[in-house]
Amino acid sequence: MLQLFEIVLIKNSLLTAFAFIGLITYISYLISDKLLYGLLHSSVVAISIGLILAYVGGVYSEGSKGLADIPLLSGLGIMGGAMLRDFAIVATAFGVRMEELRKGGILGVASLFIGIFSSFMIGITVAFAFGYRDAVSLTTLGAGAATYIVGPVTGTALGATSEVIALSIATGLVKAILVMITTPLVAKYIGLNNPRAAMIFGGVMGTNSGVMAGLAATNPKLVPYGAMTATFYTGLGCLLGPSLIFILVRALF
Amino acid sequence: MAIYGTALLSACLLLGISLGRVLGMLLGIDADIGGVGIAMLLLIWVTEWMHRTGRLKPSTELGITFWGVLYIPIVIAMAASQNVVAAFKGGAIAFLAGLFVVIISFALVGILVRISTADQNEIL
Repeated sequence: MLQLFEIVLIKNSLLTAFAFIGLITYISYLISDKLLYGLLHSSVVAISIGLILAYVGGVYSEGSKGLADIPLLSGLGIMGGAMLRDFAIVATAFGVRMEELRKGGILGVASLFIGIFSSFMIGITVAFAFGYRDAVSLTTLGAGAATYIVGPVTGTALGATSEVIALSIATGLVKAILVMITTPLVAKYIGLNNPRAAMIFGGVMGTNSGVMAGLAATNPKLVPYGAMTATFYTGLGCLLGPSLIFILVRALF
Repeated sequence: MAIYGTALLSACLLLGISLGRVLGMLLGIDADIGGVGIAMLLLIWVTEWMHRTGRLKPSTELGITFWGVLYIPIVIAMAASQNVVAAFKGGAIAFLAGLFVVIISFALVGILVRISTADQNEIL
């Protein structure tokens, strides 16, 4: 009987995922409202629970997709995958005013370049401090500090070792996770409470998942503005990493 | 009909990703540059036009907004399928680089936001 139920859940994995996330959302609401008296927004609690479960799932299954590697919950991979995520994020743009975007436009573009160059610089500095001296490894680790996609794309293009590429992915993941959790806590100190600030935030941070989850937990109305600039970051980083930035790094080291 | 809204949303994203890929190809990289951002702009343009010309029915809107409100649950699912184990295994270098970049980026956001509001006040 139990086995039959399990088969149904596995066969309809996306529905299982919907039900499961609904349950987590409810538990998060209870924790946020009753246990923490609203100190942490329920979205932050839910995202944190998601990350903890992803760790548990990863240890248990030894896979790379967190909880989604457990057959029963494989639907989480579809629900939280790029296709539905991008679909929902574009839907949030409905109702955004063109005028707001135009006002934040130039600063948004400027923040993209500032964000990409500063991330590379910090990544490269830390890698240098840890003893890396060759331009390929330094650039790849710098790229990881941009996003966990820019890292491996740059590393592969430059022919970095798999150990360095793995480190660059790990760096990008740490960044994404930290942004997810800390954005709602830091938001009020950096003036992150209007569309223009959200566009700057998206451009400087760049990490799509981090920006989108961080803003969702801060103020869902800001999500489309941050996503708008962040979505250009990874592509631009993949473009600048193996070209301009690598040439600069090679000239220096 | 709600499906009109969902179909429009899908068309915008498909077109956006395609244009992003073309942009990537033109710049010589095998990646999508700003596909989602382009899709968002398309959706805003098209729906603003439909709204102006009275073509945007409430049921059509429903087919778009439904997906928008599912955004946070989708993000939770995304968080639950991250490779958190790998992030931990990266050790000190990954943790420190990630931590520093987040701290400094937050500071940069704060500075840029302050500059942008100062700008605005001057104009006013």
